[in-house]
Amino acid sequence: MSEAVAVGLAVEPRPDPRKVGMLAFLASEAAFFSTLVVGYVVYLGKSITGPTPPEVLSRPLVVGTTVCLLTSSYTVHRAERALRAGAGGFAHWWAATAALGVVFLAGTAYEWYSLIAVHGLTLGTNLFGTTFFTLVGFHAAHVTIGVVMLLTVLGLWRRGHLPGREPVAVTLTAWYWHFVDGVWVVVFTVVYVVGR
Amino acid sequence: MATAVPELSRERLSLVAGLHEWVVTVDHKKIGVMYVLMAIAFLLIGGLEAVLMRVQLLWPRADFLPPLTFNQFFTLHGTTMVFFMGMPILIGMANYLVPLMIGARDMAFPRLNAMGFWVTLFGGLLVYASFFVPGGPPAIGWFAYAPLTEKTFARGPGVDCWALGLLVSGVGTIAAGVNFVATIVGMRAPGMKLRQVPFFVWTILGTSIQILVAIPPLTAALVMLIFDRHLGAHFFDPQAGGSAYLWMHLFWFFGHPEVYILVLPAFGMISEVVPVFSRKVLFGYEFMALATMAIVFISLGVWAHHMFTVGMSRTLDMFFAGASMLVGIPTGIKIFNWLATLYGGKLVLKSPLLFALGFLSMFVIGGLTGIILACAAVNFQIHDTYFVVGHFHWVLIGGTVFGVFAGLHYWYPKVTGRMLSERLAKWQFWLLLVGFILTFAPMHVAGVLGMPRRIYTYEPGRGWDLWNQLATVGALIQAPSYLIFAFNLVWSLRHGELAGDDPWDAWTLEWATTSPPPSYNFESVPVVRSRRPLWDLKHPDDPDWKYE
Repeated sequence: MSEAVAVGLAVEPRPDPRKVGMLAFLASEAAFFSTLVVGYVVYLGKSITGPTPPEVLSRPLVVGTTVCLLTSSYTVHRAERALRAGAGGFAHWWAATAALGVVFLAGTAYEWYSLIAVHGLTLGTNLFGTTFFTLVGFHAAHVTIGVVMLLTVLGLWRRGHLPGREPVAVTLTAWYWHFVDGVWVVVFTVVYVVGR
Repeated sequence: MATAVPELSRERLSLVAGLHEWVVTVDHKKIGVMYVLMAIAFLLIGGLEAVLMRVQLLWPRADFLPPLTFNQFFTLHGTTMVFFMGMPILIGMANYLVPLMIGARDMAFPRLNAMGFWVTLFGGLLVYASFFVPGGPPAIGWFAYAPLTEKTFARGPGVDCWALGLLVSGVGTIAAGVNFVATIVGMRAPGMKLRQVPFFVWTILGTSIQILVAIPPLTAALVMLIFDRHLGAHFFDPQAGGSAYLWMHLFWFFGHPEVYILVLPAFGMISEVVPVFSRKVLFGYEFMALATMAIVFISLGVWAHHMFTVGMSRTLDMFFAGASMLVGIPTGIKIFNWLATLYGGKLVLKSPLLFALGFLSMFVIGGLTGIILACAAVNFQIHDTYFVVGHFHWVLIGGTVFGVFAGLHYWYPKVTGRMLSERLAKWQFWLLLVGFILTFAPMHVAGVLGMPRRIYTYEPGRGWDLWNQLATVGALIQAPSYLIFAFNLVWSLRHGELAGDDPWDAWTLEWATTSPPPSYNFESVPVVRSRRPLWDLKHPDDPDWKYE
């Protein structure tokens, strides 16, 4: 750097490789979910036997969990802002995000329980079951990983391992969380609005 | 207690310590070398399978290999060469070279890098573990069309080994893609703009973007397949409304960009070798970069040219035929730019340039048969014949393998500090060129005469005998060339001429450090002001940056 300055060269700042890496990873995740969504859309209405989506999918429940997840994108944003401003409240907003994630997962668990136990819909019942559980299941797995990441970051921050106002672990976890949230917007639209 | 450790066990201890160092390493150079060694091992295995298949096809109604074994071999041969030879050797070379070329000390994520390698290796071992399961290896072809892969038709765990192996190694490949993008975007030496990186780096950026977009759909498709086989899902089960057609689309959405993943880095290597051995700068660098990115994006929209005969709509046929032919334009730009680089140059006809010239002449022919196949009307006639086999081997060997050999002969001195034997390299080159042409040119003819691919034998009197015999003789001429190369690698390690830091009088940063480079690559990170930083260092009176 100093040598560059010595020869009078303007050295442009480089993007942080960790951030670039996270974006690249999320791009690959987007490709993965797109494939599952394509699978779902292609098989809409192609099931040979029931039950069909309108018969078994409960919209009020999912609207509730969706509101939780969308709100969590706001809370994680507030957490980041609080940290950047140096004001208190990071831990609260951050923990609220994780809690909203857990509520979402609980909603999914309840939905799956009623689908499996009450309506007898499993992965093997028909194409709807096959594609539904795969798509929603992979999304829920991502939310679960996200909650673990949120809690890990919170623990590390509490112990003082993430100093500064913009620790990269916080930023990247927030990006991941927004991404998982964004995927849900697509899943919700395809499964519960268009496909129902 | 014994104080004097016997000589032998001390040696053994140091061997264990040495191996341990390789197992736990996160150095991009060591990981790169391990990738390449793994790839060469799989190249020899996949090559052996190919030779055995060629022997089976030497005569009509031969019974050298039983039908099932033949089917298993063509499945393993394709899978091995694409996933465990092609991608690893390119990723390995890029691993070694990209940080050196951009003046970085390592990849952006060294531990992720190590994980990527080991996961790829274990994926390969998992596929080959199918030899030890009931029913043996999968017999499904490398693109594993449904519903042949469903439990009903492939009952043994061979298909599971295959699917899990690809899934696991795919994770490693994606990790490598993430790592390259982060490294190239974020870790270039001070002053080095993206339009100043060595051209190989551009192609690795392109390949990485394709990896990120194309491998995850394969992962998803493999997950679907595994769900079908083990959890009773119905993705590719026509009896429950599932569709074999979906698998074709998903597989080829991965499969076609995959061939560009396999060939773009070879383009990059040629773009490094041709200028240095012509003693000229690369002609039309900006257009080459644009052409690379054009290939990246166009090639994401051509996959269904593998599926014309499946009966898509006329509109789709026309779209995919047109898009496929469109790829010929940026590829043509590259060919002409390499020729323009060679034109009027002071050619140094050493082994790297020899292989590069082999690449240029052979790849063009493979590209032309590609245009023929992209034409849907013609494709209907020759789909699934040996014409297709001839075409893609022409591209992958004439393109990727010749390019990789050019690169390996060019950079071997950097990695080992010694030169490869030119004599052996020339033997390898001519045997490969002659054997390659003799193997794959007759396949085009057999294909036009109607010989289907993936048949374990054929009836006499169809007019296919001669072409098969020529192909087998060609394979037997080709085979020793790979062995000569493997021997050359080992022999030159001890007996090769000492190389010095910069044996080719080259211009990119990897030649600015010692051969082999220290673990930290550069003592001080250089400042870059042009595309040829080492030229600038060597010629302070006439630096490149004045003209760029």
